[in-house]
Amino acid sequence: MSSQKSQLRGIDRLTRRQLLGTIAMAVTAPRAGGLPLAWGQHVHKAAKKKKQRKGYYEPQFFKLHEYQTIQQLVKLIIPADEYSGSAVDAGAPEFIDLLCSHNQDLADIYIGGLLWIDGQMRDLYGTSFIDATAKQQTALLDQMVEEADPRKIEAARITRYGASEHYQGFSSYRIRPSPDIEPGSYFFHWVRKMTVDAFYTSPIGIKDIGYQGNEAVSEYQVPASIIEEALKKSPFGVV
Amino acid sequence: MAQVKRSSEEHEVVVIGSGAGGGTVAHVLTGLGIRVTLMEAGPMLDPVADFKEHVWPHEVDHRGAEHDGAVYFGRGPAFGHFKASAVSGGWSLEGEPYTVGKGSQFLWFRSRILGGRTNHYGRISLRFSDYDFHPQDRDGLGTNWPISYEDLSPYYDKAESFIGVTGTREGIQSAPDGIFQEPPPAKAHELVIKKATEELGIACIPMRRAVITRALNGRPACHYCGQCGRGCLTASNYSSSQVQIFPALKTGKLKILSSAMAREILSDSHGQVTGVSYIDKNTRREKSIHCRVVVLAASACESARLLLNSRSTSFPNGMANGSGLVGRFLMDTVGLGVTGYVPSLEGLPRYNTDGMTGGHLYMPWWLWADHDRLDFPRGYHVEIGGGYGMPQVGSFHSSGERGGYGHRLKEQVRKEYGAFIQFAGRGEMIPNNLSYCEIDPQVVDRWGIPVLRFHFKWSDYEWKQARHMEKTFAAIIESMGGRVVGLSGNFDDQGISVPGTIIHELGTVKMGASSKNSVLNGFCQAHEVKNLFVCDGGAFVSNPDKNPTLTINALAWRASEYLAQEMTRGNV
Repeated sequence: MSSQKSQLRGIDRLTRRQLLGTIAMAVTAPRAGGLPLAWGQHVHKAAKKKKQRKGYYEPQFFKLHEYQTIQQLVKLIIPADEYSGSAVDAGAPEFIDLLCSHNQDLADIYIGGLLWIDGQMRDLYGTSFIDATAKQQTALLDQMVEEADPRKIEAARITRYGASEHYQGFSSYRIRPSPDIEPGSYFFHWVRKMTVDAFYTSPIGIKDIGYQGNEAVSEYQVPASIIEEALKKSPFGVV
Repeated sequence: MAQVKRSSEEHEVVVIGSGAGGGTVAHVLTGLGIRVTLMEAGPMLDPVADFKEHVWPHEVDHRGAEHDGAVYFGRGPAFGHFKASAVSGGWSLEGEPYTVGKGSQFLWFRSRILGGRTNHYGRISLRFSDYDFHPQDRDGLGTNWPISYEDLSPYYDKAESFIGVTGTREGIQSAPDGIFQEPPPAKAHELVIKKATEELGIACIPMRRAVITRALNGRPACHYCGQCGRGCLTASNYSSSQVQIFPALKTGKLKILSSAMAREILSDSHGQVTGVSYIDKNTRREKSIHCRVVVLAASACESARLLLNSRSTSFPNGMANGSGLVGRFLMDTVGLGVTGYVPSLEGLPRYNTDGMTGGHLYMPWWLWADHDRLDFPRGYHVEIGGGYGMPQVGSFHSSGERGGYGHRLKEQVRKEYGAFIQFAGRGEMIPNNLSYCEIDPQVVDRWGIPVLRFHFKWSDYEWKQARHMEKTFAAIIESMGGRVVGLSGNFDDQGISVPGTIIHELGTVKMGASSKNSVLNGFCQAHEVKNLFVCDGGAFVSNPDKNPTLTINALAWRASEYLAQEMTRGNV
């Protein structure tokens, strides 16, 4: 490779004219989808690969029963409602399976956690988690999340820094209510955070919370009506 | 040692490092017709391939958590999968360790790619105040700079005009006005914060940021995706790679040596620099090049490391280190982040809050005339966070926890999204002799080059300043009817940012009036070696509450013009 030529990259390879054209197109296409696909394609290899996949997802790591249990847990954590679909619709089980297939520590958390949940259900109801009734399933989850952990609240209140009086238990972490349930809570904590991540980074989740960015706009504007409403609701009243 | 390959090519000026300092030197010198060879320890940058601008997390099958879920185990890239820094940089680099002395904590962020850390940095561009150049005169602490605001002001003008900086003329002494482009408007939550700070007597003004809102030198204006940290494909923010180095290549005066890890500065028996010995990372062979002048711009600590590793009979303690100050008085910025939750921000209509990266407003230090009634000597500025950010892995963990599971979880996340605000204080540290870097006598990196060992201590000055930040931020949050959630960011057991993590490490090759108490003169030229310059944060005498990049640009610009003049006169 000629060294000087190979150094002329970046702006040069994607000429300014192209860039300006691209931006102009993006700006004139009103909120259609941000930047044109052509511009983003070079960085969308992963996405492309995914789109080619069709039909039923074949778990790469989990056994069928495990995967079905994960699907049920994920659906209970983020179910469909009148605004949006469920975390299963958003691809959370695939996401968990993918990461577990590349990380034995994470896989162990899931294998052990799933066995614990089934064991608990068998002790209580003589059935596996997925074969239990909806009421039995939520009863177990309720045990794991219902109680605020007083130790965590206390930890948030007491700090060794100057302004300790300001940390008055904003967070009521709803985990670890009792030692019996602790292994399950620990596992549930993992499933929940990965489910939340998978859901809210998906197109379904993005739409659910109403994120409006990742656009190219020619002028940045803040709607006057929103400023007015924010100030009106604040302790400072109207503008 | 293996056979050393010597290049026969004559190089005029060799610049080591391609970040804000090296990029500026390359730009200014080539513009003046001087031939520059720019050495970069990492690969060339290819923005189109390297920058993940506009990529949604769901377009990557691991959503940004990495395939092995590294992010969940605290092992992911420093600022996330999508940041430009993830390409070639981080708190640790494979094969290139550093060590930390017993009892100290220090984290060192290094980039190994053309443009260095300017590819991803926050672009905050603040001038030093006039008083920042003579801190010792004000409170007896630290040392004065050998230059004044008047000396540097024309170069701030040049740097701002060239790279493009947003801002408004405010006439605030702690935050001198510059050559500004029109800033984007403030966001709704920022205007509520501004109301709160005004009640507390704190001015909240448009951010000065190296992002262009009008086209400049062929660079199109910002398209407001808020993703500056991912690198900008339209070069609408400043990065030395896209704004200075790629254009300088077109002059035909610039040659780039990438993947070239400088090992030692070579000198002759008269103590003059003759060239640079480096490792070609691709061939793993040592090579050397000869030149008339060397400009170090490898970052404060890498430049100190190179000087300390350049020992010879002329320089038994390291090159240009007769003062013994190379590596000493290392500074970082005092950082403290506090997150608040503001119920009145719940349920507002959603809108696009991406804008320019980071906050559109900030608070310059407001008590510069009141230090005699404060229990700490130096100031800080405050950066603002909040709004409806792009959902990322980790964005909603705490809202999810509070929601339990099921429909209630979804409602909780909807309710809390956009109701969090953050304040980040960025304060001035007093240089102290317990904070420094030195060569570790026992460890070498993959290239056989001795590595740095860091020592660091915050003093009571920094602790008290951090506590003032904490109380101020709590007061702002509470006056908005909000609740303090807690400290945010990576902080140590004193409740101050972990040393090094604000990535403003400076002062290890400092300038000064005399060769006894400094390494460089006011033009970034080594007192002891006329053809050696250091144009990075190493030259700083103090570390005011102004993010250092713009001042690195200005100092490097001024040093480059001086160097060109001295070369013309035959003095160098």
